[in-house]
Amino acid sequence: MQLLLQQVMAGLANGAIYAGMALAVVMIFLAIDHLNFAQGEMATFSAFVAWQLIAWGTPYWVAFVAVVILSFIGGVAIERILFKPLHHASIFANLVAFFALFSILNSADGYIWDYTIKTFPSPFGTKPLFGSVLIDAHEAGMIVVTAVLLGLLYLFFRGTRLGLAMRAAAANPESARLVGIRVGWMTALGWGIAAAIGAVAGMLIAPVVFLDPNMMFGVLLYGFAGAVLGGLTSPGGAVLGGFALGIIENLAGTFIPYFGRDLKLTIALLVIVAVLMVRPAGIFGRSVVSRV
Amino acid sequence: MMLEVDGLEAFYGEQQALFGIAFGLDEGRVRTLLGANGAGKTTVLRALCGMIRTGGDIRFEGKHIAGWATEDIVRLGVAHVPDGRGTFLRVTVEENLQLGAITRRDRVGIAADIEQIYHHFPRLKERRTQQAGLLSGGEQQMLAVGRALMLRPRLMLLDEPSFGLAPLIVEELFAILRQVNRDTGVAMLIVEQNAALALELAEHAYLLETGRIVMDGPAEAIGADEGVRRAYLGY
Repeated sequence: MQLLLQQVMAGLANGAIYAGMALAVVMIFLAIDHLNFAQGEMATFSAFVAWQLIAWGTPYWVAFVAVVILSFIGGVAIERILFKPLHHASIFANLVAFFALFSILNSADGYIWDYTIKTFPSPFGTKPLFGSVLIDAHEAGMIVVTAVLLGLLYLFFRGTRLGLAMRAAAANPESARLVGIRVGWMTALGWGIAAAIGAVAGMLIAPVVFLDPNMMFGVLLYGFAGAVLGGLTSPGGAVLGGFALGIIENLAGTFIPYFGRDLKLTIALLVIVAVLMVRPAGIFGRSVVSRV
Repeated sequence: MMLEVDGLEAFYGEQQALFGIAFGLDEGRVRTLLGANGAGKTTVLRALCGMIRTGGDIRFEGKHIAGWATEDIVRLGVAHVPDGRGTFLRVTVEENLQLGAITRRDRVGIAADIEQIYHHFPRLKERRTQQAGLLSGGEQQMLAVGRALMLRPRLMLLDEPSFGLAPLIVEELFAILRQVNRDTGVAMLIVEQNAALALELAEHAYLLETGRIVMDGPAEAIGADEGVRRAYLGY
């Protein structure tokens, strides 16, 4: 029982990161109908910038806030410079652009900061939380920070006029233009927010998996999987999908004997395939019906 | 004149849909575009809003708006009620009205205007917290008109407002359009297949055929002309 609870809590902590990446993926998918394959590399780059700021002596939380803001600006810039011109281009052109962004950022990490694995500080420490054996302070911090972030996003999208305009632009661009919404800028804003979410996820996971240019590769796979599981059209579903995946993965690794630890990603993906056979649009997603 | 259109052409890809359309509209006036299916009525409205590629000249309140982005034309005070109604189906009725006023900054005025819309359309008030996709066709059309009014437009472009509605609802809707025109002085350009209805509301009518204006005149004269009625209006 103790072991089960412990693994569930650890799963929640990893799931928080998967949930963040899944949400970032869904934000961009809703805006431009493409999966951002470079989402993980954007997050890694953000984490490296944070590492650099901290290495220069910047206090952790100052660096944290600065990196979130810089990442937001960077996300907006990537959309304006690289993806706005491709708006009407084919899916293949967009794919190539995503992979270009992926390798540019990945190589830039290595070129600037080299490929040696770096430790990344945790602002919460790694001691057990209140002497408990269930969860350590950093895992608890990951869950709390993610929860706060998700709450803020919910308030933004449900409670502000800008959030409403972004939802309208994503759901129905033509009608959005007819009420005067600048749809292109709403897309750029979506990229900015996705980049900022990714930066938070990157900075939170770096103390656990250590910082190197390929840090987010596996994490993004989980992010995609979480998004698909919850539904690519549902931000809330993507978050739940991410958390669910974190827990399934940990439980499979612990409780399935012999191959569980090696095949935990495989087992998690099998669960997803099973779900998608029943609900192809994801648990909370809507299948898109187009009128011909 | 508030709106002056000269030599307007429009294209769907390589296909030309409008040929040298010219007409005008004064402040506070109502005019209608009539014609059979495929004559180009909807295309004229889409061209005015910059939703398709155009040639020729469009002047709105002295500005040459041909080639402008749709959202910039809307921000001048041009509200388009598209065919298919342009409803945001996944958000609530009230959020749809808020979206209509998304370019405005005056919170107090917006709240007052929403109350005014609810006064015109009490059914919308009853359903204010429901998802717009759950409304009936008539309610969605009312919502579309309400959303357009939230812009406090100078010019309204209405595309087949009677389409798919029961006769009683259509009468109610046109009575409200007439009242809004009188109260706020908003100019209206109405595209209709229901010619009798449109000719009642409008003072001047244009007849379209295969992308060209073939005749125009005061609504009464057009409505009374036997030949025109039989050839173009089908009643």
